Amino acid sequence: MQRKILVRLLLIFIFIAPLSVSAKDDTGNKDKKTEIKEYIDHHLKDSHDFSLYSYTGDDGQHHYVGFSLPVILWSDGLHVFASGKFHHGEEVVESNGKYFKLYHSKIYETDASGTINYDEEHHATNAKPLDLSITKSVFMIIITGLLMFFLFRGLARTYGKNNGIPSGIGRFFEPIVLYIRDDIARPNIGEKKYRKYMPFLLTVFFFIWFLNIFGLTPLGVNVTGNIAITTALALLTFFITNFTGTKDYWKHIFDPLGDSMPWIAKIPLYIILIPIEVLGIFIKPFSLLIRLYANMQAGHIVLMSLIGLMFIFKNWIGSPLSFGLAFAISLIEILVALLQAYIFTMLSALYFGFAAEDHDHAEAHEGEIQHL
Amino acid sequence: MTIPAIVGAGLVVIGVGIGIGQIGGKAMEAIARQPESYGKIQTAMLIAAALIEGIGFAALFAVQ
Amino acid sequence: MGLLDEFSLGLFFWQTLLFLLLLFLLRKYAWKPILNAVNDREQGIKDALAAAENAKKEMENLQADNEKLLKEARAERDAMLKEARELKAKMISDAKDEAKAEGDKMIANAQAAIQSEKKAALADIKTQVASLSVEIAEKVVKEELSNKDKQLKLVETMLGDATLN
Repeated sequence: MQRKILVRLLLIFIFIAPLSVSAKDDTGNKDKKTEIKEYIDHHLKDSHDFSLYSYTGDDGQHHYVGFSLPVILWSDGLHVFASGKFHHGEEVVESNGKYFKLYHSKIYETDASGTINYDEEHHATNAKPLDLSITKSVFMIIITGLLMFFLFRGLARTYGKNNGIPSGIGRFFEPIVLYIRDDIARPNIGEKKYRKYMPFLLTVFFFIWFLNIFGLTPLGVNVTGNIAITTALALLTFFITNFTGTKDYWKHIFDPLGDSMPWIAKIPLYIILIPIEVLGIFIKPFSLLIRLYANMQAGHIVLMSLIGLMFIFKNWIGSPLSFGLAFAISLIEILVALLQAYIFTMLSALYFGFAAEDHDHAEAHEGEIQHL
Repeated sequence: MTIPAIVGAGLVVIGVGIGIGQIGGKAMEAIARQPESYGKIQTAMLIAAALIEGIGFAALFAVQ
Repeated sequence: MGLLDEFSLGLFFWQTLLFLLLLFLLRKYAWKPILNAVNDREQGIKDALAAAENAKKEMENLQADNEKLLKEARAERDAMLKEARELKAKMISDAKDEAKAEGDKMIANAQAAIQSEKKAALADIKTQVASLSVEIAEKVVKEELSNKDKQLKLVETMLGDATLN
């Protein structure tokens, strides 16, 4: 059994590694290290076109294999065009009388000749339009969403057809759904209220997991390692937690000591306690978003650096060594992909559990204090 | 990015590592002692580890 | 700061929009049916288990009833056997008693008959002895009385006896 899994992982890796590697097999005039660093930087960022890999042809020109994605900008009017027009930042695009240039994965408004002004720290100071483009990440979100929709819609349908028993791929996903229900939602939220939160927990778990796994494929998307994505997810957890918060939840924040003390004794304590509790409301989702972002980002950086090392060593000792390390890290990353999805779901469920706290729990809590 | 900041962040990460290691080790001991409370211990361990991890990330991003 | 610089509002916007869309679609078309089906199945399994448990209990009850009936029947049979045995013993002893009584009675009768026969025989003997005695006495007396002296002697002896009395 274990050997089978190992063989499968090996197969997955064989598919991942060479493709990721081929993406940067590109000998330019630039220093190798800088080039790899730039490549990693580029990989970690979102991009406006879906490039599978790039190479330098015999003519010394960069060639990109991939496809364009739509660019949607708002700058005194809507501008929509294909990202291919940028020619990977080499050309200025004119749309409705405005000029745009792609610089370091970001779109800036420029003049007709595409001048970029810099401040003393070499940051571009040009105006940025409101960028609502369908970027690589958005494209992957759509793909993942469609995949999830058809996968779980299919799973739901097999129940009807097959008399309540899943078939096919559903046999793999059903235990995970049940695990989230029985080991994440039920113990943390409570038997009475967990149903309400199940759709969010399931969706967020599979969404993060699938995107994490996609991040390890040669498609090279780093969606969950993007702060905007994790912020959006954590904000949803934040809103659900606070909008479904019961009276006891708010009481716990603004009156944590309850009736255990006269009000005059509580005042000096509350000057410290209430700000901490209120801060906690915001720190919880913030730690969620930072954790997911940092873990995925760090995983990608380590993995890509190790792959990059192979091209720096270029000898019979260093390269196999870094290959072995990259392989090991890849295996760990597969685990981390699942673990981070689990942690995000688990902590979300925990926060929902605090919010949906029942009165009898609060009573027990008060009784405890009185008992002390 | 200055050298002292990086060293400071490194120290924080060492502290975080020790902290999470302690939590993990103690959780293992607790599970060994009371295997029936496995689920509860694991949940508490994850929460504590997650909170400490947050400090580590805060240090790293402060340096960045 | 690096993080804020990296934050892309467009990506945030699309992520929120698409995720919420996905959440609502999945909730309606996938999670609800899946969770309902799973719940139904679990309820079904629970019901089936409960039914099996009930059947088992009923079976046990039935078995217990059977056992009880069997026990009762056995006890009844035993009681009947015992009664019959007692009856037999009683009959035998009754018969014995009766026979004994009858025998005793017959013996008593026989004894009584023997007694009366004996009495009668004795009485007869007595009368015969008396008559014989009287005849003998007559003859003796006749002989005695034929002689005067003898008569007087007799009277004297008689009187002597009488005074002794």
